[in-house]
Amino acid sequence: MISDFTPVVWMLISAGILTAIMMAVAIFLGPKKMTKVKAEPFECGIEPTGDANDTRFPVKFYLVAILFILFDIEIVFLYPWAVVFNELPMAAFVSIVIFMTVLMAGLLYAIKKGVLEWK
Amino acid sequence: MIALEPYLDLIISVVYVVGIVLFLSLFALFATWLERKVAGHIQDRLGPMETGGWHGWLQPIADAIKLLIKEDIIPAAADKKLFKLAPYLVFIGSLAGFAVLPFAANLIGSDLNIGVYYVIAVTSLVVIGILMAGWASNNKWSMYGAMRSAAQMISYEIPVALSLLIPVMMAGTMSMVEIVDNQAGGFWNWYVFRTMPFSLIAFVIYFWASLAEVNRAPFDLPEAESELVAGYFTEYSGIRWAMFFLAEYGDMFVVSAIAATVFLGGWYAPFPFLDIIPGPIWFIGKTAFLVFVQMWLRWTLPRLRVDQLMYVCWKIFLPFSFANLLLVGLWVVLKG
Repeated sequence: MISDFTPVVWMLISAGILTAIMMAVAIFLGPKKMTKVKAEPFECGIEPTGDANDTRFPVKFYLVAILFILFDIEIVFLYPWAVVFNELPMAAFVSIVIFMTVLMAGLLYAIKKGVLEWK
Repeated sequence: MIALEPYLDLIISVVYVVGIVLFLSLFALFATWLERKVAGHIQDRLGPMETGGWHGWLQPIADAIKLLIKEDIIPAAADKKLFKLAPYLVFIGSLAGFAVLPFAANLIGSDLNIGVYYVIAVTSLVVIGILMAGWASNNKWSMYGAMRSAAQMISYEIPVALSLLIPVMMAGTMSMVEIVDNQAGGFWNWYVFRTMPFSLIAFVIYFWASLAEVNRAPFDLPEAESELVAGYFTEYSGIRWAMFFLAEYGDMFVVSAIAATVFLGGWYAPFPFLDIIPGPIWFIGKTAFLVFVQMWLRWTLPRLRVDQLMYVCWKIFLPFSFANLLLVGLWVVLKG
């Protein structure tokens, strides 16, 4: 199992090295004439106002993230089932159907509550 | 003479990884040229024609050199560490998927027994890089772009994962090589045509949702230039911007290659007698065709609105993929 992941680790390391090399070459070759105006955040030519990271966000983003976690974890459960379900008895299929019905009821509830209304 | 035997595996894997990195760079250069050509011809013009003579084939090289000699600008208000780290994360997340792409039966970085799962996991790494880029830039456009992008990518991850479940169910394994091997012997054995019409629906849902995963049109809201300037990479320029760009083309290749692997028979030819043509050519050909379709769609369809985007994901793709999954399960169970 450990040795299976060796090429994967190589891949990650080489991606990092390639990025670092390209950055280094660009910093070496590029001009260095920094000015105050150049370092301002871009706001379509108007003088920037306030701090962008203080912006408030609609609660919708947060709700979508919560829903995502629910469904993603459900998919984590489904994958091992999908690999072996051919060899499992009928009862395993029925229990997955019940599991998914409960989740679908949850999605229906979320839709009825207007969680996914992006207006 | 040093004995090479014990290091042979190591050498092979290093050579393979270097090869993949070169392949990705060449593919991205070619794809940027192709994208401009496709865009040009769809809009009834020629696209780049000057650089290099024949149909402007040297244009991507000229672009790459231009990006390399640009000034490296980091805004004064930015969070410098995160600003520098974000392109790394995005690019590593994109390249990590290449480790399990089966170009042929023996030409694969690592045939993990959790292949499909691994791809779904590492492609989500890009979301973190994008959020990081948007936050670190300290620019309103970047921030909005990053938030939209994160919401879109995590939403569409669910239909992607659910449609990839269907080939996994039919093959009974998550290993890429075994999934492809189960589709040997002609196009009628490919998973996209087996258990019609469920797997075809799964393929269509996967393809559309993966467009949203890689932020391509018609789902390119995070970088909608008419409202958000350039979205999460507004503040990035020069080579740092190029890394985001490279990662986008890398992601396009990865999602198309996954579709080719699990639905379209991977390295196998559509007819058994055509198998004399080497597998990698079929694999790259199928993938390149899907990449071309992505470009075609980008220059044909208008962009969706945010509410339409969320509607399509949660109220159409998600219930359909669930129903699809249950029907395939029922089909397989009843067939015994």
